[in-house]
Amino acid sequence: MNTSTDYFLVDEMLTEEQRLIRRSVRDFVDRDIIPIIDSYAQKHEYIPDLMPKLGALGALGPYIPEEYGGAGLDQISYGIIMQELERGDSAVRSAASVQSSLVMYPIFTYGTEEQKRKYLPKLASGEMIGCFGLTEPNHGSNPAGMETKIIEKSDHFVLNGAKMWITNSPLADIAVVWAKDEQGQVRGLIVERGMNGFSTPTTHNKWSLRASATGELVFQDVAVPKENLFPDIRGLKGPLSCLNSARYGISWGVIGAAIHCYEVALKYASERNQFGKPLGGFQLQQKKLAEAITEITKAQLLSWRLGVLKNENRATPAQISMAKRNNVEIAINIARELRQMLGGMGIMGEFPMMRHAANLESVITYEGTHDIHLLITGMDVTGINAFG
Amino acid sequence: MKYLVCISKVPDTTAKISFKNEDKEFNSDGVTFIMNPTDEWYALVRALELKEASGGQVTVINVGPKDNEKFLRSAIAIGADDAVLIEANEETESYYIAKNIAKYAQENGYNFVITGKETISFNSFSLGGMIAEFMDLPFINQATQWMLNGEVSTIYKEIEGGEEVLEVTGNCVISAQKGMAEQRLANMKGIMMAKTKPLAIIPIALGEEKVQVSQYQVTPPRGNCKMFTLDQIDELVQALQSEAKVI
Repeated sequence: MNTSTDYFLVDEMLTEEQRLIRRSVRDFVDRDIIPIIDSYAQKHEYIPDLMPKLGALGALGPYIPEEYGGAGLDQISYGIIMQELERGDSAVRSAASVQSSLVMYPIFTYGTEEQKRKYLPKLASGEMIGCFGLTEPNHGSNPAGMETKIIEKSDHFVLNGAKMWITNSPLADIAVVWAKDEQGQVRGLIVERGMNGFSTPTTHNKWSLRASATGELVFQDVAVPKENLFPDIRGLKGPLSCLNSARYGISWGVIGAAIHCYEVALKYASERNQFGKPLGGFQLQQKKLAEAITEITKAQLLSWRLGVLKNENRATPAQISMAKRNNVEIAINIARELRQMLGGMGIMGEFPMMRHAANLESVITYEGTHDIHLLITGMDVTGINAFG
Repeated sequence: MKYLVCISKVPDTTAKISFKNEDKEFNSDGVTFIMNPTDEWYALVRALELKEASGGQVTVINVGPKDNEKFLRSAIAIGADDAVLIEANEETESYYIAKNIAKYAQENGYNFVITGKETISFNSFSLGGMIAEFMDLPFINQATQWMLNGEVSTIYKEIEGGEEVLEVTGNCVISAQKGMAEQRLANMKGIMMAKTKPLAIIPIALGEEKVQVSQYQVTPPRGNCKMFTLDQIDELVQALQSEAKVI
């Protein structure tokens, strides 16, 4: 019996540090997430103290340089962290993804020195929680249509509009918000909790990412000081560059969810007997397991190669779209298929498949839907835009 | 204070155990190795806590092949200041390891040598006692708590039906078990810093293996359970007589 989830020895392509990182995050997930996650998901509550714990581990903004509180890791290390966190739950990985790629990344890339010094160290430690506002009630796949606006006044901007499906908004101390200026250009700015007219209503009754706090961002004549604006970035490339970083992390993360389902199903298949032999001895069950490990292996290789390209600054948005789309799809299929192997037990909270499968319904939708990523690949190979 | 923590390499707890070479040698094919948990969770973390409270230096040490360097790097990533690998061909017997560790500890002025209670591989419990003997120091085994006040160590041990509290003045050797500390995870900064901290590789000094393993035997797997209900006493007695042949 070969219980390895590293079928093509991808490990051998990792550095000693990267292997240590994986072990440390895996230990964290085994110790601090897996024993409690079902309870929080069932209660539809976020995990208290998750962010300081992720901060202490160094999982928030790991690729941000040390002088701003990060660990200065490379992109493959970031991917490995996401993979191991999502082995615990997509809610945990989402919290780390948003803080790292959608809040710390834009502040580090587009922020002023003062903004970096003010926010990054506290975001890295988890003392401060951030969220990212791009999607709007009427503009999901088409962010260019956004209605949220800033109007320039003498020493501040007046912000009006609303964002929705915002991970961590109910908990956030700050929000990186994208809004159009009077010239119709997309600008980014940092909105702080406590600013008059800024509220973050919680989104209730999700069947997915139940251990993650999701909400809206509502801005009613919020006066945002001018020093909170990202000075130079204009247009959608600002938020899209953040999404590229997050989507890259997701391509790794979902492999973790698939691995967890596979580990559980393989063990179950060797222990559960029907018709006088283990489940693993039946052809249809072997098909499920063999296809799962094949797809996990392909996804690992795709993400690893994408990580190499990203480290060399050569990863294209289209490559990232392909990896995100492929890996989320294989992960959700693995979660659904392997859930069936457990029969009735597969729907119970003691086993992770149902939770992972439900989480992956969000992951296949957010950060660019499955279909939108297909169109990105389609446009890349044909040169023809088929979005509108 | 200078703390020397002994780090062993052991098979991962989920590894399938088998032997080769006519059952004289552990078969490491396909086995993942980890740092011995009692060394890592209890010995190393307690030494780090004491150092953090009142200063000093925590060194981790292993006697074994060069590849064991990675376990020492893991220990550094958790917080050790430096590491020493006494290079030997392969994992070997405790006497030989203890002799070399004791020599290093003595020559480099360590106040405390700390091991985990046992390695989870061979469970021999023997290293600490031998090191203490070679260094002519007191040895406290299976300690559950260790407080240090100046030169005086207060050490708790579990004993049958209760607890024993010991005071040791000056240097000593301690083996640590559950209760001594909590597992500490290496964080990302620690992992990145680990490669910048010193790891010395020194040749084995005293090479005399006294004990050879002549054979390993795997415990036969437990047989199938046969259940009897309360009204089947006669059948039970008969089975014990004719099948199990124990009465």
